[in-house]
Amino acid sequence: MKILRALFGSRGNAIISLLMIGLFAWVVPPFLSWAFTHAVWDAVNRAACSAADTGACWAFIKARFALFFYGVYPEGERWRVHLGLALLVVFGVGALFSQRRRGWWLLGLMVLVPIADAILLIGGIFGLRAVPTNDWGGLMLNVVISFVALGGSIPIGIALAFGRRSQWPVIRTLSTVLIEFWRGVPLLAVLFMGLVLLPLFLPNGVNVDNLVRALIVMTIFTGAYMAETIRGGLQGVESGQSEAARALGMHEGQVNLLIVLPQALRLSIPGIINIAVDLFKDTTLVSIVGLFDLMGVVSQSLKDTAWTGLAAEGYVFAAFVFFFSCLVISLGGSVLEKHFSTAPGAAKR
Amino acid sequence: MTTRQKALTWQAVVAVATAAILLFFARNVSDNLAIRGLSFGFDFLWRKAGFDIPFHLVEWDVNFPYGRALWVSGVNTLFAAAISIVVSSALGLTLALMRLSGNLLAAGTARTLVEIIRNTPQLLQIVFIYFAVLQALPQLRQSYNLGAGLFLNVRGLYVPAASGTAWDWITGLTLIGVALAAVLWRRVGVLLPRLLVLPPILIIGLVIAGFTATWDPPALKGFNFAGGVRIPPEVLAIVLGVSIYTSAFIAENVRAAILGIHKGQTEAARSLGLSAGRTMALVILPQALRILIPPLTSQYLNIIKSTTLGAAIAYPEILQIMARTVLNQSGRAIEVMTIVLGVFLAVNLITSLAMNHWNRKMALQGR
Repeated sequence: MKILRALFGSRGNAIISLLMIGLFAWVVPPFLSWAFTHAVWDAVNRAACSAADTGACWAFIKARFALFFYGVYPEGERWRVHLGLALLVVFGVGALFSQRRRGWWLLGLMVLVPIADAILLIGGIFGLRAVPTNDWGGLMLNVVISFVALGGSIPIGIALAFGRRSQWPVIRTLSTVLIEFWRGVPLLAVLFMGLVLLPLFLPNGVNVDNLVRALIVMTIFTGAYMAETIRGGLQGVESGQSEAARALGMHEGQVNLLIVLPQALRLSIPGIINIAVDLFKDTTLVSIVGLFDLMGVVSQSLKDTAWTGLAAEGYVFAAFVFFFSCLVISLGGSVLEKHFSTAPGAAKR
Repeated sequence: MTTRQKALTWQAVVAVATAAILLFFARNVSDNLAIRGLSFGFDFLWRKAGFDIPFHLVEWDVNFPYGRALWVSGVNTLFAAAISIVVSSALGLTLALMRLSGNLLAAGTARTLVEIIRNTPQLLQIVFIYFAVLQALPQLRQSYNLGAGLFLNVRGLYVPAASGTAWDWITGLTLIGVALAAVLWRRVGVLLPRLLVLPPILIIGLVIAGFTATWDPPALKGFNFAGGVRIPPEVLAIVLGVSIYTSAFIAENVRAAILGIHKGQTEAARSLGLSAGRTMALVILPQALRILIPPLTSQYLNIIKSTTLGAAIAYPEILQIMARTVLNQSGRAIEVMTIVLGVFLAVNLITSLAMNHWNRKMALQGR
């Protein structure tokens, strides 16, 4: 009864509620019938799907499932992708939550994991079969690009953030110009730049892999946004902290690196999580410049004559995967935020 | 070393390093251009383009030069951005008010929509609207009749074309409205009434225009519609995609701004005898607007940048036309990219300056 009064208590409220119920009745049942009750889960091609029922043809997703996650990464080598992801997760969790050996985990995450993962994915040594980056694709590519760009953008962001706060005009101007330039142009234009300008800017004969080009520009682009987030964090650290550190006899570098930066990074966590979510979503843009990320693979699969005209199924599936991934990033972020929200030492029993 | 010496040394090191990097790039560029037999210069802008731009608001013909293509595609970019700014603001405000309405159903729906929109890629949404919705519409003969002379089919949205004096009325009354708003801007001390002057004037203008114009509604004749104006699916998809995505972010900004106004303001206004509506319009919203301006600015700038995603669905915006078609035809990579990036930086700079100006005007006046 309480809920009825909440929804229909006043005239205005009742009108809004009726409107919303009408909207639900109009949208939800047709969607459910399309996505579930009349959906086809097993079929060999589009024609078989249409013959079986009128709803969504999820058989298409089933048939292309591996492609959507690994691209055309050779089937026998996919354990390398799994192992690489496992390494990343283990060291990531260790670095975040280990109480005593965080330094070692962090060192592993920053040095060991990138090297090991690069060896695993690229191959070509230790008897691992070489897999050209052209064969990488699907969600795996989104994850690779996100992690490389995020990892690379943090040092760039820290440097630019300090640079923009510097009292030295040359460094301040240079940092400001760099940050504002990258923040002022669209990511897609930046990706085009990587595609057509990067080869011109490098010495003749230096050939840069298509994926590496995208990684370079996305890292720099994200770095500019990271810089502004970290600068916000730096501004949030009380000046008393650096004054106290100086009074203890620390020199400027020690003050910034050991006292100000750790506190600033802690304050920047929500902003960094936002950047991570945006970055993950924006990795789809590489599909426009000739890489086959999840969205690129889906778009490509739609051109297959056996499965033609299934755009709704393909993109709804991709949207679901992205939604779920972004949810995981956000949840991980809020765990992180909670973990670091108390002053170190204060909360530990 | 004194602090001064240290500062000078470090800055000199950075300056020299930057110059060295730039020089390295410049030499590589000139070497590469020489090897490829290319020259540098903007003379190609006067050369004949020879390609068609399917959607154009200003005159375009295959015989026009590349420079004109820049103008045509730039207008397309600004057109999509301008409409998206209006639509996303309206949608965002609606979603925010739904969440704050106190009605569980409305708040829950708005929240769900915002979360879904914010956590899926913008490009995916645009491509979905284009390929899964608009391209899946029925053929011409089975067009959806939306009433009021509107027809929707796979080739786009057909709307009635207005001819005669309609546009004169709309333009004239808009100008009068703007002038009136500008006068009231100086006179009246409250923000909202002077802005609320505009919509009624526009509505009156539209009504007069509607009655005086000779309307040319689309009608199915043979294999095509005769009369009316066709809005191509590319335009619909980019505007809808960008607007819907940004509206979720604007909704969150608006909500945060309204919640950011101290409760005491509402209580004080109510105890002075103002109604709930007047409290919202005269006390809360004007103050919320002040908090809202900076995040709203960055959302509007994002919209302008997001229109480049039109490249994925062949909407002829500046990046698609310049960095793809013109670049491929002329081979002038550096010149074309300089122009495109320059345009975006300039638009960004102008928008931020304008919004900063407005922000200063609205800021709390210190006593």
